[in-house]
Amino acid sequence: MSAITTPISATPPAWNLPYRGKVGMACLIIAESAIFTIFVVAYLYYAGKSLAGPTPREVLETPIFYTICLLSSSITIHFASRSLEHGKRGGFLVLLFLTMLLGGLFLFGTGQEWHRLIYEHGLTISTNLFGTTYYSLVGLHATHVTVGLLMMGIVLIFAVAGRVGQEQSARIEVLSMYWHFVDAVWVVVFTVVYILGR
Amino acid sequence: MSSDVMAIRTAPVADRPWVETLHSWVTTVDHKRLGILYILYALLFLVVAGFEALIIRIQLIHAHNDFVSPQVFNRMFTMHGTTMIFFVAIPILFGFANYLVPLMIGARDMAFPRLNAFSFWLTAFGGFLLYFSFFGGSGLYGAGNAPDVGWWAYAPLTSRAFSPGHSSDYWTVALLVAGFGSIGTAVNLIATILCMRCPGMHLSRMPLLAWLNLVMSGMVLIAVTPLSAAQIMLLVDRYLGGHFFDTQAGGSATLWMHFFWIFGHPEVYILILPSFAFVSEIVPVFSRKPIFGYPAMVGASVSIGFLGMSVWAHHMFSIGMPSYTNSFFTITTLAIGVPTGIKIFNWLGTMWGGKILFKTPMLFCIAFLAQFLISGLTGIMLGSAAFNWQLTGSYFVVAHFHYVIVGGILFALFGAFYYWYPKITGRMLNETLGKIHFWLFVLGFHLTFDLMHIPGLMGMPRRIYTYEPGRGWDTLNFLVTLGAFIQAIATLVFVANLIISYFKGPRAGNDPWDAWTLEWSVSSPPPAYNFASIPKVGSRRPLWDLKHPDDPDSRYE
Repeated sequence: MSAITTPISATPPAWNLPYRGKVGMACLIIAESAIFTIFVVAYLYYAGKSLAGPTPREVLETPIFYTICLLSSSITIHFASRSLEHGKRGGFLVLLFLTMLLGGLFLFGTGQEWHRLIYEHGLTISTNLFGTTYYSLVGLHATHVTVGLLMMGIVLIFAVAGRVGQEQSARIEVLSMYWHFVDAVWVVVFTVVYILGR
Repeated sequence: MSSDVMAIRTAPVADRPWVETLHSWVTTVDHKRLGILYILYALLFLVVAGFEALIIRIQLIHAHNDFVSPQVFNRMFTMHGTTMIFFVAIPILFGFANYLVPLMIGARDMAFPRLNAFSFWLTAFGGFLLYFSFFGGSGLYGAGNAPDVGWWAYAPLTSRAFSPGHSSDYWTVALLVAGFGSIGTAVNLIATILCMRCPGMHLSRMPLLAWLNLVMSGMVLIAVTPLSAAQIMLLVDRYLGGHFFDTQAGGSATLWMHFFWIFGHPEVYILILPSFAFVSEIVPVFSRKPIFGYPAMVGASVSIGFLGMSVWAHHMFSIGMPSYTNSFFTITTLAIGVPTGIKIFNWLGTMWGGKILFKTPMLFCIAFLAQFLISGLTGIMLGSAAFNWQLTGSYFVVAHFHYVIVGGILFALFGAFYYWYPKITGRMLNETLGKIHFWLFVLGFHLTFDLMHIPGLMGMPRRIYTYEPGRGWDTLNFLVTLGAFIQAIATLVFVANLIISYFKGPRAGNDPWDAWTLEWSVSSPPPAYNFASIPKVGSRRPLWDLKHPDDPDSRYE
């Protein structure tokens, strides 16, 4: 037998493992990214292959304002979660509400665009390949925004009731991860639909 | 690790009303109970899909047979494939993962117990939804029927024109729902393995079963989701008039094939990795040696995970892809042979010089090694584009993938049943019945799937409901069907063994196999809280350390 002996330290090193909420959300984000990838691939694969109009070049307008709204909501939720971490519940409440407002504005913008496309240009999901891929991709993203708003709404209700404190900041951090992901996806969708797709 | 890990056996054996018992099982969030539910649910569907296989084989027993109509034949192979993959293989492997992973890494439960229950019920209702198609496939318009589009549901078979009624929609929604269940379980397993390990259980000390399930779950995250996305697209096509796979409006049938096989091929690795996990736990214990080349095993698993994601289009060589694409997918497919070969050599290396005990779990693992090697070799044959052009769509392919799934995955699963049944129920499985099961199954398996290669080489296409006599396929098909019945009888022996041993089997005790991983440190069946106090581990074989304090592994690792 070998004579190697391992010295046993008197105080074993602390056993720290990552927070399961964060790991779980990271996994969900990986899975969701794969779903979005498939929709993005379909969008790019079918770009310009519609047999009939209208085409993206004719009808799409770049939603700069609403994009700025959504992207800045990432900043507000980041600071919301930071405020909670430092125990500033008032600041958290205001910033969370602001995030929801910005997200809601974005959703309103999407709705407005869809209304314009349907009623002015007659583009629906069954009109042509562009319609099919556009509404699916943007709709999938809008669904994720809606889910995010619902989750924030639940947090807001609890926060107004005074039930969200410093000890929940790790969970709010998880919610904020999801929201950052929704924003990051929008950067991809925006690039694909409004820049490459035209 | 101290001896108080040996949990106190709590035995509230007082008779409870059956409604209460049922209620406690339906509402359970305990990983062990959910694991058992997964396994029982999968066994139920194993019997159902096995019957479908027998119907297929009876129809093909001789030329011009009319046991079932062509329409029923199509439904049978669709339902057989779909059920076996989504509602037998995935749930049964998830069941074992659910049961074993927390016990092996010294955790009291999964990271998200309620998500765990939610995922199980999603999968369960997905299966029931699929089978409801037999009653509701045509909705209110007439008698129901099951989907008949094949388990790959190629476009345009699934378009409204070729698949009226709702049978394809039951298929789509069932797989979508079950897919979300799989993703939930994968998230849960990863979070459990990364965040719930007991002190001292570094990643480098984790049992290989946990490692392989970690890789498998990672693959589920990025491989099952493309299928979910494609199912959403199919629903958009069928219900909202979309054109994703509508070739009349510029859509592409090829895109569906890509999306399906981006899921479909990694799926094979999702199923085989947990089977590797069983073999990696059973072979060392019955060779009385620690696993040979642990770091190489982990590395090979991870590289199978990566390579497995980049081989899907070898299912599509015959559709006419550019030669660069064909070469790429041929090379990646052949490259998978390298990490898989490393694994086979390491298992052999574990057995080499070991004191091998030929108990039933080990017999199944040894058969697994031989059969998985052969299925890998036919896989390499089919992975080469030139060879594939000749034999794609023939019974050679059917023989190949059944060799993987039955000869590889199912044999490893049977081994796992014989190995962990004592832990799950507290009683040993009958060894004699086990040996009868093993030898009958080996006989039936080889009769069916060895011989099935030959009609394939002779040009018999798959998915045909009958064939002309005098092509030299008749005798072979008869023997193949005979083998299928022998496998069915062997499975009945297995089920009988499960039931008889549950009531009559000898008590197992904590550690009937003298094994080394943490699940054997607790009572059989384990208490609800798993560990009275969370164990601390110092090596890859914590129980060895406990049993041999004079010469623990932790001294050498």
